[in-house]
Formats: sequence, structure tokens, C-alpha cells
Amino acid sequence: MRPRTRAWGAFALLALTGALAVASAMPASAQEDDEETPVDEPEFVRGRIQDKTKEPSKPLEGVELTAKKGDREVGEAVTDEEGSWEIMLPGPGTYTVTLDTDTLPKGVGLRDEDKASLEVEIEEGRAKGLIFAIGERTTTSRSPAERLLNLGVQGIRVGVVLALASVGLSLIFGVTGLVNFAHGEVVTFGALIAFFLSASAGGPEMPLVAAAVLALLAGGLFGYVLESGLFRRLRRRRSGNVALIVVSIGLGLFLRHVFLIIFGERPRPFTEFTVQKNFDVGPISLPPKDFVIIGLSLALLVAVGLLLQGTRLGTAMRAVSDDRDLAEASGIDVERVILVTWIAGAALAGLGGVFQGITDKITYDMGFTLLLSMFAAVILGGIGTAYGAMAGGLVIGVTTQVSTYWVESKYKLGVALAVLILAVLIRPQGLLGRAERVG
Amino acid sequence: MDIVEVLADAIRVAIGPLAAAYALAAVGLNLQFGYTGLLNFGHVAFLMVGAYGTAITVDQGGPLWLGLLVGVAAAVALGLLFGLPTLRLRADYLAIVTIAAAEVLRILIRGPGEDSLTRGVFGIQRFGNDFFDLNPFPNGEYGIGRVSFTERGLWVLTVAWALVAVFTVLVVLLTRSPWGRVLRAIREDEDAARSLGKNVFVLKLQSLVIGGVIGAFSGMLLAIDRQSVNPDSYLPVVTFAIYTVLILGGPASRLGPIVGAVLYWFVIQFTEGFAREAIRAGWIPESVLDETDIGALRFALVGLGLMLLMIFRPQGILGKREEVLIDAQ
Repeated sequence: MRPRTRAWGAFALLALTGALAVASAMPASAQEDDEETPVDEPEFVRGRIQDKTKEPSKPLEGVELTAKKGDREVGEAVTDEEGSWEIMLPGPGTYTVTLDTDTLPKGVGLRDEDKASLEVEIEEGRAKGLIFAIGERTTTSRSPAERLLNLGVQGIRVGVVLALASVGLSLIFGVTGLVNFAHGEVVTFGALIAFFLSASAGGPEMPLVAAAVLALLAGGLFGYVLESGLFRRLRRRRSGNVALIVVSIGLGLFLRHVFLIIFGERPRPFTEFTVQKNFDVGPISLPPKDFVIIGLSLALLVAVGLLLQGTRLGTAMRAVSDDRDLAEASGIDVERVILVTWIAGAALAGLGGVFQGITDKITYDMGFTLLLSMFAAVILGGIGTAYGAMAGGLVIGVTTQVSTYWVESKYKLGVALAVLILAVLIRPQGLLGRAERVG
Repeated sequence: MDIVEVLADAIRVAIGPLAAAYALAAVGLNLQFGYTGLLNFGHVAFLMVGAYGTAITVDQGGPLWLGLLVGVAAAVALGLLFGLPTLRLRADYLAIVTIAAAEVLRILIRGPGEDSLTRGVFGIQRFGNDFFDLNPFPNGEYGIGRVSFTERGLWVLTVAWALVAVFTVLVVLLTRSPWGRVLRAIREDEDAARSLGKNVFVLKLQSLVIGGVIGAFSGMLLAIDRQSVNPDSYLPVVTFAIYTVLILGGPASRLGPIVGAVLYWFVIQFTEGFAREAIRAGWIPESVLDETDIGALRFALVGLGLMLLMIFRPQGILGKREEVLIDAQ
């Protein structure tokens, strides 16, 4: 027994905030607590088996589950009439929980056949919930080619959302030279606005589609405030690039933790479009919302492309991006172009946050998690151009998603960042960037 | 509301091992960012490899001194790994790649299960016993009034501040040497330094590696003090906190890291203690802020502080303004 000082607690808090970032995998292991961690609490794994394709969802009784540590069986359970089950474990460690699919009622199966066994890491004195997703897919096990194809399509969904979120990051860099480390928080902001408008208990509970449109507008407004309230002033003060990066880091850190105070650490879903029956197009099987997200995002990205190529404003944006002084000398109102870029970029990022929240859940740090992938996307594509962000986003999305065929999905972000590092090594100007000196 | 206790707590943390470790990390970062102008946003990775190098070595049965050597070697390797691909690139690329590489490394350490070398999310515990066996202080409480440490705390504290002193002197000597003057020249104008025939790339790499090794010592210190390493203690936010410490104290100043760390932890701990007491006393309604929000409040304040410092006082307390306006256009 060691005495703990406040300093320990302070660092534990740091660790706690860390744990929040990965809240699903790590229960709060470190608490602001002067006591020893409780040791006599037993470890549990538990869950509830429900057929969510039915409306209302129907709990499944009599489903058998077993827990193993390595090859040794350590416990088993049968679901009760509520569909609930619980297995007491002999201690902390890594366990495999297997659902016996033969005990499921007829016509009901696991949505993903490969997920009948789930691995779970349990820490001292903690209980963890496990979800076995029940769906209609019963027999046909998919061929490797089909699985890869489906992962590829999921990757496109990840990629277009990533592209939508990163277009602003890239364009803002193009017109101002700012690497905005707070861009992730714009993404989170959009998702949070949509959440409070549609799914929050005290909110107006409007339909998610309307909330998404408002989140887009709110994102644009947020961009306007950041540019005219902060970054324009800093440019006027002739702050250096490095100073601006540090400012954006501080801003992101501040906003992220304000979101944490307001929203809490628990990931929450939207109330609409949460669980959907998969929709099959040939061998591709995805929930309908994914098709809608892909369609809408692609439409918006094309619209951005048309805006950049076909309108005076778009031409002005590209001109400022190319050579600010020359653009100014040709009579372009550079400050206005920068402001519009901020508004448009932040609006798209906000909508990207809503899409991300629909496919995943909403967390206070979802944008920051996405930020590193966004950097990977814009640098891979060529920072400063919108098309680069789009191409980079798609490549990163597909690569990371398809990589889960071979590597565990917990390494997914690692794959994205490895691609980023490789890109910097091999082609630092990016796929679509012009070869120029970047150092 | 026990304001004296809050104050005593804040002082205890501000002179304690945690502040010393942050000061040490900031000394390393000062060499990289303050003197050389390298925007290393993966500094936490140096702390991580130092800590893990030590922890894994001891965990696998090695002695602690070997663990420390492994930690230092790992930091040198990491510095080369970070630097070789990125130091030829622009500052913003370095920032993005270092933050990304630090995260990749953390994900790789976190990934495997409990039977692996790194023990995944469980981390490694109790590897610093050899260090505490060396403790010369007899059992008891040491301190003045309410600011006191156990013999264990005092031992860590003494070693920690001694390390800070040693490395501060080392960095002062280095930066006053001709080598250090070239580093400053690189920070001010890389092309000018290059045109004078200086090998800018190698000098930057040296600065990155030496600063990284100092960071590794900070990581080892923290890990041994806590007798525990866990991948989730090494998030990017730690790097940002070290930047706040450095900019608060003054980049490119000799004592900036120390002043910054002491002040940073005093302010953080005092604010947290004060907020906690204020919530308990009902001065702040629960609907606005409750006790679970205090951790978040800390980082919100760090973020706000970093932003405001960089805007209004980039030279911090001790720095010179003309020394820190790096990369101004």
C-alpha cells in the first residue's frame, strides 16, 4: 500500500481523460480518488440478446453463451425472458465469449456470421457489456471476394464522409496557409448541434433531416465566427504560421473539453436511423442509410467541384490559393474569399460530423479522432486543393476499411496514419499536388 | 471551504515530482521548439518510449539500470525515425507527421493482449522497486506545515529536480556553444544557415534526438513514480500540455521550463481544488458544473491558456519576444 498524493490524482485525471478517448474499450480505470481501487468487486461480462429487426425489438430467450480464457471454459449462461445474460469471470484478463448460433430461434441469425465469438478485455473489478448483433442473415456465409467488396463499399462511405469533412481543412490551408488543428472540433460541433436539435431529451426533437440542415448552417456560422473573430485578427497582427498552429491547437483543446462538459463522455447515437435492415444490391449488403450518405456526400463534393471550376467565386478561391498577392493585385477581395472559404468549409465539416454520427455514435472527441485521418487524407491528396482532399479521403477510407480484412479493426487508425507517413516519405506534395519544394 | 488546504495541495503539486517531470519534458522540448524551431507535436512519444523501454526491460527480468539504458536507446531510435523522413519538410508537415507517428506508436503498444510484451491496455506495473530500494530517507513526513511529502515522495522529488537541474545546465551549455548558435540561426532563417555551409538537416536531427532523450528521462521518471505505464497516459494532449508549460515559462529561455512547470501545476491544481470546493459548497450549481467535469475543466483551461499565451505573450514569462516570433511572415 502506497500513499497517494494529490499529484497522483492529478495525473490519474490525465489518464482518465485519455481513457475517455477510447471510452468503449476502457472503463474509467483511473479516478480522482485517494483510495485504493476496489479489489473485491467480481468481474462480469453481460449483455442482452434482442432481435432488433422486429418492431418493437424482441428479446430472445434460451440463447446459450460460453466464456473461455484461452482454451479453458470459465463460464456459461442462458438468456432469460428479457434476453439478458451474465457470466461471472474468475478474474481480469482477456476472454472469448461465444454465442451458440444453434440455440437461436429459427429464421434469426447473427448479422455478421464471423462475430459469433467476441474477444473482450476485462479489468479488475469491472463489468463489460457485449453486443451480439442479431439480424436476418442466417445461412449464406460470404466468400472472401464478397467480404472484400463489402468492405470496399463501406470504405467508400467512410471515405466520402472523410472527404466532406476535410475539404474545408484543405481549402482553408490553400487560401490562408493555416493548418487548422481545431478543424475536428468543427466536425464535432455539427454533430452536437444535430444531436441537441433532434435526439436530446430537452431539445426541440425535430426530424434528423431538418436537424442536419440546421447543423450545416450552424457549422457555416461557426466558421464565420472563427475566421472573423479570431484568425483574421491574428493575420492582421502578422502572426507567424507556427504561432497560428499553436493557437489552433489551444482552440481545439478548449472546444473539445467544453463539449465534454456539455455533452458528457458517453457516446450517444441519434434516435433515428440507428438500426436498419440491410439492403442488398447484388453482393453488396449495407443499411439504406449508408447508400443515402454516400449519395448525398458525392453530390455535395461534385457541387464543390462545380463551384470551384465554374463560378467567379470558385475561380477567385483557386486564384488566392495559387498566389495571394497576385490575386489581390488583380482586384480580388482576398479577405472576402477567405471568409467564404471558412464558411463553406466549416459547413461541410459540420454536415460531415452529422453523417459520421449517423454511421457511428456521437462523442465529444469524434472530430479529434477524425482529425488525424483528415490530415492523412489532405496530405495524401495534396494539401491546399479540394480535389486532393476528396481523392485522399476516398483512398484513406477504402484502405483503412479494407485493411480490417487482414488486421484487427483496433489498428484501423494506425493504418490511416501509416499511409500518411508513407505519403510524406514518397510524395510529400500529395497525389494531386504540384511538385514543389515543401521544405 | 478550506482554502488553506487547496493552497497547500497546489503548492505540493507545483514542487512535486509531477511538476519536475513536466519541467524536464519541457527542457527537451525547449531545445527542439524554443531553440531550433522544430514543431514537434509528438513529444509525448519520447516520454512513452522512455517509460516503456524501462518497464518492459524490468518486466522481462532485466535490472532497472538496463531498463533506463533501453529507454534512452529507444528515444534515440525514435528521434531518428521521426527526423529522417520529416526534417527536410516544412514545419507544418513535421507537426502533422510527428503527432501521427506518436499516435501510431501508441496504437501499436495498446493493441496486443495482456500476454504480449507491452501488455496492451493493461500496462505494466511495479517495475521501479529497485529505485525505491535506494531511498536514503528514513520513514516519516517531510515538509513545512501542510505541504509535506512522505519519504517516498521526497526521494522521487529530489531525484526529479536533480535531473531537471542537470539537464537545464546541459542545455544551457549546449545552446551557448557554437553548435547552439547555429541552431538559433536555423530557427531564424534556415536558408541563411544553409547558405553558410551548415548542414541544417544533421543539426536539426541532433536537436530532435537530444531533446527526445531528455523527454525520455521525463517519461521514465513519471512511470517509476507511478510504478505503472499504460498506453492511455500518452495521448496527444500531454504534448499540448508540455507546450503550454514551455510557452508559459518562455521558449528559448534557460529557466522557462522550470518556471512554466511550477506555475502550470500550481494554477491547474489550485483551480481544480477551488472548483471542487466551490461545487461542494454550492457556489457553482450542479447543473453548470459537477465534480466529474473537473478533469474536463482542466483541459479546457489549458487550451484557453495556450491560445491566449500564444496570441498575447508568445515569449511567456522569461523569453525574449524577438526570439520567439519564429516563422513570422
